[in-house]
Amino acid sequence: MSSQDKSEVPEEHLPEVPASAHVPAESDPFADPGLPAHEPRRTDIDEKAANRAERQVAFLFVISMLATIGFIWSYVGIDKDRIIDIFFFGKIGAQNAALGGTLGIALFCIGAGAIHWARTLMTDEEIVQERHEFTSDPETREYAIREFTQGASDSVIGRRPLIRRTMIGAMALVPLSGVVLLRDLGPLPGTKLRHTEWKPGTELINEATGLPIKPDDIVKGSLTMALPEGLVEKYGPAGQKEELSHGWLEKAGMSAVLLVRLEPKDVKSKKELAWGYEGIVAYSKICTHVGCPIGLYEQQTHHLLCPCHQSTFDLADDGKVVFGPAARSLPQLKIHVNEAGNLAASQDFAEPVGASFWERG
Amino acid sequence: MSSEQPKGGANKNAPIPNNAAVRAADALDSRLGIYGAAKKNLRKVFPDHWSFMLGEVALYSFIVLLLTGVFLTLFFKPSMQEVVYDGSYVPLQGIHMSQAYASTLDISFDIRGGLAMRQIHHWAALIFVSSLFVHMFRIFFTGAFRKPREINWLFGFLLLVLAMVNGFTGYSLPDDLLSGTGLRIAEGVVLAIPLVGTYVQFFLFGGEFPGEDIVPRLFTIHVLLIPAIMVGLVTVHLILVFYQKHTQFPGPGKTEKNVVGLPLLPVYAAKAGGFFFIVFGITAALGGLVQINPIWSYGPYNPGQITAGSQPDWYIGFLEGSLRLMPNWEWNIWGHTFSFNVLIPSLILPGVLFTFMAMYPWIEGWITGDKREHHLLDRPRNMPVRTGLGVAWITCYGVLWVCGGNDIIATHFHMSINAITWIGRVAFFVAPVLAYLATVRICKGLQRRDRDKVLHGRETGVIKKLPHGEFIEIHEPLDPATRHTLTAHEQPKPYELEAAEDANGVARKVKRSDKLRSRMSHWYFAEPIEKPTAEEYKELTSGHGHH
Repeated sequence: MSSQDKSEVPEEHLPEVPASAHVPAESDPFADPGLPAHEPRRTDIDEKAANRAERQVAFLFVISMLATIGFIWSYVGIDKDRIIDIFFFGKIGAQNAALGGTLGIALFCIGAGAIHWARTLMTDEEIVQERHEFTSDPETREYAIREFTQGASDSVIGRRPLIRRTMIGAMALVPLSGVVLLRDLGPLPGTKLRHTEWKPGTELINEATGLPIKPDDIVKGSLTMALPEGLVEKYGPAGQKEELSHGWLEKAGMSAVLLVRLEPKDVKSKKELAWGYEGIVAYSKICTHVGCPIGLYEQQTHHLLCPCHQSTFDLADDGKVVFGPAARSLPQLKIHVNEAGNLAASQDFAEPVGASFWERG
Repeated sequence: MSSEQPKGGANKNAPIPNNAAVRAADALDSRLGIYGAAKKNLRKVFPDHWSFMLGEVALYSFIVLLLTGVFLTLFFKPSMQEVVYDGSYVPLQGIHMSQAYASTLDISFDIRGGLAMRQIHHWAALIFVSSLFVHMFRIFFTGAFRKPREINWLFGFLLLVLAMVNGFTGYSLPDDLLSGTGLRIAEGVVLAIPLVGTYVQFFLFGGEFPGEDIVPRLFTIHVLLIPAIMVGLVTVHLILVFYQKHTQFPGPGKTEKNVVGLPLLPVYAAKAGGFFFIVFGITAALGGLVQINPIWSYGPYNPGQITAGSQPDWYIGFLEGSLRLMPNWEWNIWGHTFSFNVLIPSLILPGVLFTFMAMYPWIEGWITGDKREHHLLDRPRNMPVRTGLGVAWITCYGVLWVCGGNDIIATHFHMSINAITWIGRVAFFVAPVLAYLATVRICKGLQRRDRDKVLHGRETGVIKKLPHGEFIEIHEPLDPATRHTLTAHEQPKPYELEAAEDANGVARKVKRSDKLRSRMSHWYFAEPIEKPTAEEYKELTSGHGHH
């Protein structure tokens, strides 16, 4: 891309030269005075300074070598479980800190050395090169277009429409195979988004204890997380799950509910009270906005806040949205107390839980 | 040392060495013709300016990502199959989790240097996306995207989008509570797409959320598909920078037809190569010393659990903010759900913001009607409308980004989350306009100051008392180089419509697009701060001394 062999950029591709540029310099105070003369650096004229710069560069490279040795030593010699407390960085793994630190120094010093070398000992005299034009000259342009036209005409594609059209058809169809192949990426949605694991009579199981829930377990002001029976027994509290499960997360992601006890006189909706049990109500835990689990309960206002996007639902008023981007109320799960005295679902949710989807209606 | 060298090239009389290296190069040349390429590129000149290294930071952090990423793939197991953790991190021993999460714990606790590599990878990703943004801002505000570089702007834009997408896929791989929450939100967004959303979700996740397919699928996308495209785009991007030659700021000796700077070999190679090691060194030290994304403290993903104050990586924050600010509009029409509360903030708004960014070179080119090549950069102040638009865009993005942390602001400053959200809703519309107006004013003020400096000289800070008691500050005339630099910019005239009637009084049809273009052009270029003319300068400097 050196420029001697290229013609200069044609005028029409360049900004107009200000009229003043054509006036002799003494009459134009703003004329380009040209590249300033090179000013030598200390290292250009003082051999001692140059030698000092050389030693500085070498010093940085030596530090880098030592740091690499330090890296290898850290890998072999530091116990990986050792924790150290470094000022400002806090408690971190000693080996990790040493490995990252030494690697950082080793790399940084190579870079610093190279740049110091470039700035002190390599030339800093600016070079001027011409730019070449991008637009081809007219002969090249005509030649290229003629060659292409000749080639296209030789292919007879213009005179043989049958070939042209069938080729376009074939090329248009062939990617369909690729699309069809994607079909088995997943099952069809069907009505899967409309149903959860709750069925008439399914007991509510406390997610933390793995036990069925009695009405007395639900005290005012607390938030109890529950899952349908059959899920928690396998999962239970941390570390007590008995077997490796399959499809557990999908079910939990749809069926998780939360239970609160409300003062019946505070509840604004009759239907809500009727679907609960003596002021205990169960709501889907999955936000109707984009499906985050909702977890922040404010007892005084009965408001439930989603930590993802702050949609706020009023649990004393059918789970209506009082603030935030969610559009629909939280679905309520109808519950009752069964013969064993445990809370159980009376039916599945009356509407799909979680985020909206096109077919939801 | 270089004083005996002719300017711009090696000494032509220097003898050609004949050693093993030269003979090896000869052998290669006779097969590949390497001397031709070397002649063109070895001493290629690159102009120097601190802002030109922003793109370098992006390139180097990308290389760091590739290197550390390869290391991580050696140990990461992209599987969602459930396992019982038995590694050395005591609090999670015996817990059921996906293999992806367990292997990320192994990388963090049982593979020496694994945590450092993971953290370097994460830091480098943050630095990569940040430097892409800042690099793009530099290109934008200096007008470096103008002809002939519009295509390279587009390549850079694609790299930015791919970087953000790949950042999100990488964030999702460890399958910890935070990454799963991010995926859950993504699932909600996919479900909101009209007509096909539900099907796309089931195909993407291989069934109901979360399923057991998403992590292995994202893994292939994260380590193969997107990086391969990005390596291709980076290569083309750099080839174009080489081929079209770098832009330069106006200054003495710098014109539209030349490029002034230091040669690739040795200076630029040493500086750029050295800078790579500096970027790598800093990310390595960060990875070793500064903890990032401690997945062990979040626990394995469970769609029924969440922690308050969950935050994505910074570059996804603006989407989070727009989701939070959006009012809860949802329509039900003929049994179908239009979730505008999700569609607008997560797909339509970012689509508009980023399409505007991608298309800007063509938008400005159409308004100005400028078909010429530009190799000299604009100083942002000399293009007030463009600079204002850029600042308005950043402000808009910034409002969304800040509101992505509205819960953090609320808890830290004891403010009402509702109030912050409402402030954000108003600020989203008002702040960019104010930022635009303020920027245009500041630009014009700076132009006036340049004009003043050229005409009246530099304020020296030296106060002189005149015989009659008046105090004046001595102004020193600028040197010719600065005077030239401050007056080198163009001041285009707005595009004028042709007269509505031609010479014979016959009405001419004016196209509507022409009218629009003329209006836009007037908006761009009307009422400029005229730069000083030679006459004004001479008038002021000849004869009497100071003012």
